[in-house]
Amino acid sequence: MTKQLLKGNVAFAEAAIRAGCEAYFGYPITPQTELLEHMSRRMIELDRVFLQAESEVAAVNMVYGAAAAGARVMTSSSSPGISLMQEGFSYMAGSNVPAVVIDIMRGGPGLGNIQPSQADYNQVTKTAGHGDFHPIVLAPSTVQEAIDLTVLAFDLAEKYRTLVFIIADGAIGQMMEPAELPEMRPLQAKRPDWAVTGAKGRPHNVISSLFMGAEQLEQMNIELQGKLRQIEQSGEVRYESVAIDDAEIVVVAFGTAARVAKTAVKRLRAEGLPVGLFRPITLWPFPEKELSHLAKRIPSVRSFAVVEMNAGQMLHDVREAVGSRVPVSFYGRMGGIIPLPEEIETEIRRQYAQVAPKIRMEARHGRSVR
Amino acid sequence: MAVVSANAFVAATAETEARREEIVYERPHALTDVHTHYCPGCTHGIAHRLVAEVIDELGIREDTILVASVGCSVFAYNYFEVDSCEAAHGRAPAMATGVKRVHPDKIVFTYQGDGDLASIGMGEIMHVAARGERITTIFINNAVYGMTGGQMAPTSLLGQTTTSSPFGRDLRLTGAPIHMAELLAQMAGTAYAVRRSLHDARHIIQAKKAIRTAFEAQQKGLGFSIVELLSTCPTNWGMTPADSLAWVRDSMIPVYPLGDYKVAPELALARR
Repeated sequence: MTKQLLKGNVAFAEAAIRAGCEAYFGYPITPQTELLEHMSRRMIELDRVFLQAESEVAAVNMVYGAAAAGARVMTSSSSPGISLMQEGFSYMAGSNVPAVVIDIMRGGPGLGNIQPSQADYNQVTKTAGHGDFHPIVLAPSTVQEAIDLTVLAFDLAEKYRTLVFIIADGAIGQMMEPAELPEMRPLQAKRPDWAVTGAKGRPHNVISSLFMGAEQLEQMNIELQGKLRQIEQSGEVRYESVAIDDAEIVVVAFGTAARVAKTAVKRLRAEGLPVGLFRPITLWPFPEKELSHLAKRIPSVRSFAVVEMNAGQMLHDVREAVGSRVPVSFYGRMGGIIPLPEEIETEIRRQYAQVAPKIRMEARHGRSVR
Repeated sequence: MAVVSANAFVAATAETEARREEIVYERPHALTDVHTHYCPGCTHGIAHRLVAEVIDELGIREDTILVASVGCSVFAYNYFEVDSCEAAHGRAPAMATGVKRVHPDKIVFTYQGDGDLASIGMGEIMHVAARGERITTIFINNAVYGMTGGQMAPTSLLGQTTTSSPFGRDLRLTGAPIHMAELLAQMAGTAYAVRRSLHDARHIIQAKKAIRTAFEAQQKGLGFSIVELLSTCPTNWGMTPADSLAWVRDSMIPVYPLGDYKVAPELALARR
């Protein structure tokens, strides 16, 4: 396979097709509509299921039906549409069916705008609906990563019978980058044993999230939480670190914000400032242990700078991971504004000016004052 | 022709008669062997049985998938011995769409009440009809929200007293009852839309014929099919089972006329 120039939204769609997605249900919403449009042509060409639903509410319940029927299925939307789909996500979590959801986030709250935003972080990672559950959440920062994570998303969804979200924004959805698509995978030959396929020669299968007895529902929740703990402990945490080894300030950012932060970090490094970047790729499970390790075990690390395109949502997960040993600052833009590298550089310089005297003092006394 | 002794003939007849005795009335194979949670006098049980008998007669039990809804029939998946899913409130037609598109060769049906179908799920039911989705809907209209304890439904009659229309349903406040069979008959994708009643034996037999035709419409791939069944709710109506049946006959049928609102020509031919 050779690299080709691909638009993010198209890359998500084509990667899903090549990963063996059999059914897609969606509803038009900017800035993800090219994804739906690509599906509308390619899925029909390949004799797979494509349906433009009458609403996001209907779309998510069609996904639920297709998932219950044992198909590899996905939908995509953008923030307001994801809000509408939450009821369906909760039912899917409650009945342990796998599906992939792509959220090309836009500015909110309300109708907001269609500019890039990361303000769905809490909505998606904390719980994508009522009840106790988390989907797995992946956050690409390039078109190539959008492709790779889409393929991974289907595998994770089926491995754990869970929802897997990919959250990106209009910048990644709309940008064009050279990227390589995977080979076309064959469609799954067999439906899972638990799926509704017609009760031929077996007792009937039921896909339901209804458990009337309190003890029964608690038991179901215990099992669901057990599955989530298993995901956390099964090496599914993914992240990227850049120039972290001798870093005194670690910038933490995901998705589009991490792209910009990476530019800022590289420029500051060129100036000799000891700055690194830590980029969570799995937002749930969150790389909590890895961040904690940086804070506790890497003596050079003096502070963290979280950069997001929201009012500070991942910030709380970073704070929880690093505890009170190391200060955590925040820089964010809202309303669909992508921070410029210069803004992040200014923020880091300001922070470095605060920690540098401390470091020099320690060097004089030959001990840590942390 | 084989020669059989007179004794053997008698024995065979006795055996046949014994067998015939056994099959006068039995639980349809498409129903599970459990007690339902339905209140005494409720006609959900009759509707379940009719659907199960049709599934048995068509020989489709192993190819049928139920999408249950939210309402009194929420546990329908425990009562039908077919693969089942439980949809969110009002969303059974959308969920059934997902199932049917993945399994176009299976028979998919939803079983929904009036709150589920005509109120919160109005959008989904209209759009499966618009698309001509090859699914069948059994629609139980008892003019009240049963499971939540007797609130006003979109199909409640004008003047009907419920726990949320304590002074009677007022046209100026909450509008008029919605006629779903007639409404869905207007959609191009609908192949079969009829209304029947479960208030006496004659009407029950007619209801079963309609349910069978609705499933046949799906088997033939003609489009969306729906049977609206006027049903009782003695508990929430505050009536005896017998009075409830009379109320269906005397109060509901005048508002909800029984009849065929749309029958695809292919089905009309088959029924002649």
